Amino acid sequence: MASGFTLTPRSVFAVLLLVGLGLVPLISGALAQPFYVTLFTRILVFALAALGLNLILGYGALVSFGHAMYMGIGAYAVGILAHHGVTNGWAQLGAAMVVGAAVALAVGLICLRTTREGGGMAFIMITLAFAQMMFFLAVSLRAYGGDDGLPISVRSDFGLFSLQDPNTLYYLSYALLLAVLLGMRRLIDARFGMVLRGCKSNERRMAALGFPTLRYKLAAYVISALVCVLAGMLLANLTRFVSPSYMAWTVSGELIVMIVLGGLGTLIGPVAGATALLLLEEVLSSLKFGLPWLDKLINQHWLGLIGLFIVFVVLVMKRGVYGGLPAGPPTAKGRPK
Amino acid sequence: MTTGLFLTQLLNGVQLGVLLFLLASGLTLVFGIMNFVNLTHGSLYMMGAYFAAAGYNAFDSSFLAAALVAIPGTMLLGFVVERLALATLYTRDHLDQVLATFGLILFFNEVVRAIWGPASVYMNVPQALSGTVSLFGLPYPAYRFAIITVGLLVGLALYLVIHRTRVGMLIRAGASNPQMVSALGVDIKGLNSLVFALGAGLAGLAGLMAGPIVSVQSGMGEPILILTLVVIVTGGIGSIRGAFYGALIVGIVDTIGRAFLPMLLREFLERSVAQAMGPAIASMLIYLLMAAVLALRPQGLFPVRHG
Amino acid sequence: MLRNFIRTAAAAAALATTALLAQAQAPAPIKIGFMAELSGPQGALGQDQYDAFMLVVERNGGRLGGVPVQVIREDSQLKPDVATQIVQKLIEKDNVSIITGITFSNVMMAVHKPITEKGVFLIGSNAGPAPIAGAQCSPFQFIVSWQNDNQAEVVGRYATDKGYKRVIGMAPNYQAGKDFVAGFKRMYKGEVIDEIYTPLNQPDFSAELAQVAAKNPDAIYVFYPGGLGVNFIRQYQQAGLLGKIPLLSSSTTDGSTLPAQQAAALGVISGTFWGPDFNNPANRQFVDEFEKKFNRIPSQYAAQSYDAAQLLDSAIAKVRGNMADKNAFRAALKAADFKSVRGNFRFNTNHFPIQDQHIFEVARDAKGRVSLKTIATPLKDHGDAYASLCKM
Repeated sequence: MASGFTLTPRSVFAVLLLVGLGLVPLISGALAQPFYVTLFTRILVFALAALGLNLILGYGALVSFGHAMYMGIGAYAVGILAHHGVTNGWAQLGAAMVVGAAVALAVGLICLRTTREGGGMAFIMITLAFAQMMFFLAVSLRAYGGDDGLPISVRSDFGLFSLQDPNTLYYLSYALLLAVLLGMRRLIDARFGMVLRGCKSNERRMAALGFPTLRYKLAAYVISALVCVLAGMLLANLTRFVSPSYMAWTVSGELIVMIVLGGLGTLIGPVAGATALLLLEEVLSSLKFGLPWLDKLINQHWLGLIGLFIVFVVLVMKRGVYGGLPAGPPTAKGRPK
Repeated sequence: MTTGLFLTQLLNGVQLGVLLFLLASGLTLVFGIMNFVNLTHGSLYMMGAYFAAAGYNAFDSSFLAAALVAIPGTMLLGFVVERLALATLYTRDHLDQVLATFGLILFFNEVVRAIWGPASVYMNVPQALSGTVSLFGLPYPAYRFAIITVGLLVGLALYLVIHRTRVGMLIRAGASNPQMVSALGVDIKGLNSLVFALGAGLAGLAGLMAGPIVSVQSGMGEPILILTLVVIVTGGIGSIRGAFYGALIVGIVDTIGRAFLPMLLREFLERSVAQAMGPAIASMLIYLLMAAVLALRPQGLFPVRHG
Repeated sequence: MLRNFIRTAAAAAALATTALLAQAQAPAPIKIGFMAELSGPQGALGQDQYDAFMLVVERNGGRLGGVPVQVIREDSQLKPDVATQIVQKLIEKDNVSIITGITFSNVMMAVHKPITEKGVFLIGSNAGPAPIAGAQCSPFQFIVSWQNDNQAEVVGRYATDKGYKRVIGMAPNYQAGKDFVAGFKRMYKGEVIDEIYTPLNQPDFSAELAQVAAKNPDAIYVFYPGGLGVNFIRQYQQAGLLGKIPLLSSSTTDGSTLPAQQAAALGVISGTFWGPDFNNPANRQFVDEFEKKFNRIPSQYAAQSYDAAQLLDSAIAKVRGNMADKNAFRAALKAADFKSVRGNFRFNTNHFPIQDQHIFEVARDAKGRVSLKTIATPLKDHGDAYASLCKM
């Protein structure tokens, strides 16, 4: 999709999804149900985080089981600064970005060393290890709530606008999502993206061609981390609360699920996956069929059904919701390119 | 801080290490031979504990009944899960394996909640072991001592099986070079199922032993799973020796850290702050260790020698 | 422009319809959000709270104060972040006017402001952390259980009376844990030789119990609610300390944990505001009905929640179901015009109770079951130490 816009099932889906997300506050206002703005802001936040992780996971095949820690860094930047009276959004953004970049550089350098010998197992485990370290670091910070978390009394103030109004927060998240989508598109289509994808298929060849593969992978890692930091800042503003649980390894697992559910190696996939997963969770917990035993089973044990659904997606729907859609019109051989 | 106290804490660390070893040995074999990332191992531990508690409470507080239900039950469960869902994933990449087993964790957590309810289930220590033994002048619970003994015996048995029997030879060969073993005509599918079931049984044993001292609840497998992953990565994937030493290292570091770091930190910090930071930093130590091992010696501290 | 038009038109239509419908309907059911710890080791506490609350509701045919109520049950899973999301959903989506339950203090600290700042009434039936009894109090809160320190203060007084000179304090490392140990120290005149705070999620006390055995105090004071209490008592007994070092406690041996602890807990001393053997008519009715329906002895958590339901019953009746007039409803709540199962009950200026505190010992009751026996009442008509800090 480097030039022009072609009408394919995938592109139609993408447009509908993005436009639909843009209309949520209007629809929610018309229905007088502010809850939906809250729900969809959450979806946008996780879509953004999944987009970030997708850069290295989908395009670079680097399975990071620790990206939730960057969301945590973003969230804690907002929380800790607000706790000390600094509610200026720009200051919080600056602090979050600086800390996030520093941590990502350090962690990335160490973790990426293990990918040289191939065998992605070590990378998975070491990213998990660092995420757990961050988690326990947050738990040990008794001054900032530790395990109990830290309430945030005032949302970020960006001078021109403040995030007190839920709709403003929604539109900011939406704008950021679109901006990151655009940025990712350009990055993937540029040489950077091609080197990354080259590393995914055969790193030795890329290195033989003279590319400093480590530098490219590190840059991708840092960029993906910073996108997650941004998502974390928005999450803290949404919930007005931050706790070490935002960095639990299960959150990283859910991000991976969203990417695969949407479609690995696609750009809109993570957005579709995040929307699908979070909507599914919401629907299942309040679904009523009228049969008490069935309702109880679904409403109270929906997480187990989601678990089975994930297994199903892995075993059967390998290409995901969006990834499974045809990418173009059928060719002469009857299959889309 | 007396020597007696230190030695008692050391023994507590060994006890945790032994439990971790029971879990790590099964998991490391699955990783090494089938190249399969199995996050469901923690859930098998949880099911072992639940089966044990169910057996215990159904048969008039009999620990023997608990054991007879837990170990074969978990082995059977492991076998069924492997055949039904996991065997197809051996050839897929690690991401798919991680995701599928992650989904199974969620599923099993809800299954136990649906069957046994959301509150915790309890079983007691067997009558004969409910007293204490006097060690280094301090009373030490007899049951925990029994755990250490059982763990060491299992370790010995595993060593003998792996190094002195034909099946063990096949397992070692499989860990060292799976393709060659299959090429030599060994029933690799059968071997895989055997290894998986063996690992499940060990996890069930760990769940049985842990049942009386922790609360048996949904989600109890995840914290142990993470520790187990640290153990096998630090020790060396596929290596039983690595699992053994790695488990002892992790168990001792975690326990000694939890016990003595708060004391150390109290010299500089306010009491409840020190007691929050102590265990947290002790936990971080384990991950620092694992990260250091991975960065400097990615194959682990006691790796399998690859032929 | 267009957006505003659409919004106004939709709102106008909605308003017109509701106005028409309102004429035709009886008082709409009052929606009450019930959120407590319903899973994990603490599940027994929340379950007792829920069962006792619903006992009153169902006895009155699904009504409180003569008005139909809809109780929405939610599980906070002892996770403050999950609890904040649930509260947001209850208020924004389900439009509840009252939220009750709230088992643990860390959850209470996370949800207190989000609930009260939206003008929703918070009828807490367990957690009573110090900050909300003091500077962070809100006119929308009414705590019918106790302030965290109270149950510890009475044990501290008892320990002084018994002449214990050296005591170790032990609790989980969160707000309530610190409150309880602080409360014990406030009334205990001897020396607290050590305070041990364990991580809230840590179920294994072997390391800490070894330390206690090494220090050999005159007594140990602990606060371990729910499943933590079960683990602690069992491990205390396994370590051979039961019978050697007297065990004083709060919220560790009660109706929710005794079924699992059984004989391992005999002889343990605890302090709280209520026991199942209290002999007033309201309590006898409560205990009889609860035991008949649920086949277990009610815990203090059930008693607290039962009183919360009774409080709401009396207050809603006073305002005849009109939840719109919040000041009137608040006054009705403050009046506390109901027969509490504990005997004396009235609200302090910070909407926490003023009540008696007693000492209990775990012993077998007339039916041979392991239960609590009242042995003393060291504190009468006791408020809390933070009321003066509350500027309501």
